[in-house]
Amino acid sequence: MRAVVESRGVDIEFDVGAGKVLALLGPNGAGKSTALHVIAGLVHPDRGEVRIGNRVLTDTAAGVHVATHDRRVGLLLQDPLLFPHLDVTRNVAFAPRSSRAAAAHWLAEVDAAELGDRRPRQLSGGQAQRVALARALAAEPDVLLLDEPLAGLDVAAATAMRKVLRRVLARDGRCAVLITHDLLDVLTLADHVLVLEEGRIAEAGPVAPVLAAPRSRFGARFAGVNLVGGTADPDGVLTTQWGTTWHGSPGPDVVAGESAVALFKPAAVAVYRDKPHGSPRNTVEVTIAELDSRGPVIRVRADEQSDGAPGLAADITAQSAAELQLSPGDHVYFSVKAQEVTIHLSS
Amino acid sequence: MLPRWIFIPAAIGALFVVLPLIAVAAKVNWLHFWSLITSESSTTALLLSLKTAAASTALCLLLGVPMAMVLARSDARLVRMARPLILLPLVLPPVVGGIALLYVFGRLGVIGEYLNAAGIQIAFTTTAVVLAQTFVSLPFLVIALEGAARTAGADYEVVAATLGARPTTVWWRVSLPLLAPGLISGAVLAFARSLGEFGATLTFAGSREGVTRTLPLEIYLQRESDADAAVALSLLLVAVAAIVVVGLGSRRLRGANAW
Repeated sequence: MRAVVESRGVDIEFDVGAGKVLALLGPNGAGKSTALHVIAGLVHPDRGEVRIGNRVLTDTAAGVHVATHDRRVGLLLQDPLLFPHLDVTRNVAFAPRSSRAAAAHWLAEVDAAELGDRRPRQLSGGQAQRVALARALAAEPDVLLLDEPLAGLDVAAATAMRKVLRRVLARDGRCAVLITHDLLDVLTLADHVLVLEEGRIAEAGPVAPVLAAPRSRFGARFAGVNLVGGTADPDGVLTTQWGTTWHGSPGPDVVAGESAVALFKPAAVAVYRDKPHGSPRNTVEVTIAELDSRGPVIRVRADEQSDGAPGLAADITAQSAAELQLSPGDHVYFSVKAQEVTIHLSS
Repeated sequence: MLPRWIFIPAAIGALFVVLPLIAVAAKVNWLHFWSLITSESSTTALLLSLKTAAASTALCLLLGVPMAMVLARSDARLVRMARPLILLPLVLPPVVGGIALLYVFGRLGVIGEYLNAAGIQIAFTTTAVVLAQTFVSLPFLVIALEGAARTAGADYEVVAATLGARPTTVWWRVSLPLLAPGLISGAVLAFARSLGEFGATLTFAGSREGVTRTLPLEIYLQRESDADAAVALSLLLVAVAAIVVVGLGSRRLRGANAW
């Protein structure tokens, strides 16, 4: 699929392999939902093409725009949108391709067999979302579009829904596009990820490498790693636009003089009140923006970097946080050993 | 928390609405009430009123539901421009509406000329009563339904389309059932407005007993000759309107938790 939607500043192109699940990540307003709406035929792109297998659904050059109801594209939103005037079985049997028998089958598939006679208002959020999934699957779509289907659910309901999604997505070999803000969804459901920033693709690739070494700001924040952008030199030193240098181990793809990113984990960052002396480490002075407790560790998030990238994060123990007496607005030093930093070519 | 003084104008307003109704009830000659409202001219007028109001409500539904849905769902510039025009009868004096209808369906009207040539006469017939009532009631139904359709949003229709349902199927199986509560209250409003229609009917349909003389026209006529009959019929109209409005009220309550 390829789409340019000028009114929303979106220009993207991607493929999803047969039977694969693609996770679309990105900040709000990056164009994720617009991409799904183009696939579903709800938004006419200014230029672009949508193809499922050898079926052309949208081709602006040839003037093709198949109506939504003929696309065989299932859509599941954060709001389950079960038809309130129909009981659960009739909801799942709604699609012309579905039937009461199909409804019983799909309700069993989503662990909701016993809910058939209920009205939508008698369901919990998690039950309603599983029924909505059954309804979408009963229409036998070629592609399933999932727009944050787990976002409104509590932890237990989301876990149950994730289990069901994983089962039906893995088995039927139907491809899916999933919009999510949850790392767990990506790890458990997706094969590939694609990060959108401001209507453009910031990075794309299989889940594991992207999450291990993200090249985009959003990807880094999502995966929970620190990212510093700059220019690489052949010795594994990265220089930022504002003149700080980062020492690390360069990846094989790094080209001297090209733009690159330095990545390191928050846990590898040490925090000091006073500038540490005579150490070969990378040390930067930062202002604390926020402190956040995450189980036994305290996440110290610094102010935004000079190029607007998310602030660096450090994970320290509660004990050292107490000894340092940190609070937002304090000036401190973040220090990282060179062997904890990897340098990669940026996308 | 409301300031206390606000209850004073509110109470005066309520009295202003209720007092005339009480005054009518007090004026009624209860001794002859039954014979007054069952006189032949009264029952004829009441039956004609109920029949024409029912017909115009049906016509309002037939035309108003599609109008409301187009207004609620379409962003086209033409639709946006047409909206105030369509709702104009809401603020137009009914007499003016009646005159306007005469210039469309009258013997020399834009359409009436051709209808007349084909031997069809509309002005001053029962059909004219129904058209006059529809003209003034339609905006009430459209505005009530449009609000309901906007509140419901298009999300259910989008989901139905992704399930493979064609637009016509979506219309019958999703859009209309979801609109049902708004549909009922809109129809009741249109029926009540039709029942009370006077100005447009008199201008466009005249006052022929049994043909175009509806209950409000009968009341106005009786007021000259037989004040007791006029008061009794007024109370009857109030009673019918009250039944309709109370029916609407309870329907509305049910509508909110209908599903």
